[in-house]
This record gives sequence, C-alpha cells and structure tokens, in this order.
Amino acid sequence: MTLALDIFTVSAVSAGVFFFLAGTVGLLRFPDSLTRLHALTKVDNLGLGLIVLGLLPQTNGLFGGLKLVSIWLLVQLSGAIVTQLIAGAVRQHGPHG
Amino acid sequence: MASFLFGTAGFVLTMVALGLVVILQRPAAVDHMMAAQLLGTGGVAVLLLLAAATETPPIVDVALLLALFAAFAAVAFVRSAPDQESDVLETTSGG
Repeated sequence: MTLALDIFTVSAVSAGVFFFLAGTVGLLRFPDSLTRLHALTKVDNLGLGLIVLGLLPQTNGLFGGLKLVSIWLLVQLSGAIVTQLIAGAVRQHGPHG
Repeated sequence: MASFLFGTAGFVLTMVALGLVVILQRPAAVDHMMAAQLLGTGGVAVLLLLAAATETPPIVDVALLLALFAAFAAVAFVRSAPDQESDVLETTSGG
C-alpha cells in the first residue's frame, strides 16, 4: 500500500514538474505577451495542481491534505484573476505599460 | 522518497530561476511581472515539496503566505499601470 502511494506521488509530482518545465519554456519562447500569459496559467493550474495531488498521500492526516488543497485553490483563484488583470492592462497600455 | 522530493524541488527552483534571469533581460514590464508570477507559483511548489521532504509542516504556512503575496504584487502592478499612462499623456500633451 505504501509502495502504491509512493508510485502515485512520484508519477504525479513528475507530471507537475513537466508542466513547470513546459510553462517556463513557453514563457521564454512564445512570441507575444498574451500567449506567454497562456503558458503561465498552465503552470498555475496543472503544474502546481499535479504537485499538490502527488503530495497528498505524503501528508499527515486530513487537516494537512485540506491545507494543501486550499493553497492550490488560492493559487488558482488568484492566478485566474491576475491573468485577467494583466491581459486587460496589456490591452489598454501595450506590453510596456 | 525524501531524496526524490528534494531533487524535484531543486529542479523546479533551478528552472524558475533560469526563467527569471532570462526574462529580466527583456524590455517589457509585463514580462517582468509574469516572471514574478512564475517565481510565486514555483516558490509555492518548492516550499510544498520541501515541507513533504523534510516532514516539517510549518513550511506549508510559508507557501500559503507566498501565494498571497504573489497575488498582491500583481494587483499592485496593474493598479500602477494607469498612473504611468497618464504621466505619458501629460508629457505628450504638455510638449
């Protein structure tokens, strides 16, 4: 049972790290600001989400797991709002505003 | 398991730091803000991985605060943008 949980942790955390890699490469390589924002939100949602999912079996008790999930929810909520705000600023002022 | 989590934490930290250094060379202010957001999310991920690797649950609280401050930083950036534009407008209309 412990082995199965460890395998789950390793695979989910590895998938999350892959999305961090993809997001960073996208942020470096995409041509304009709005597509870079798209790459950034993938990191927020999938990268951190998969890492949190993978860490859930390693936490002690229900409270620790709930805390991890609430941190992910906070990052996702703030990431969605912040992305809208930044995209609005880019639309109004251009990428140098 | 702990060494795997340490390794992934180091990998994420290296990647986010490399991205930050490269993006800070660029001229656009929005790119700098996006690099800071990436550092915020990456920092949260690194802290959560370290909390699980060292079995020190208080590090999770630090990650929570970092997530909160990353949101505040972006809101402050967006709120400061109209002031910059009005400065530009005043300069161009005055000149």
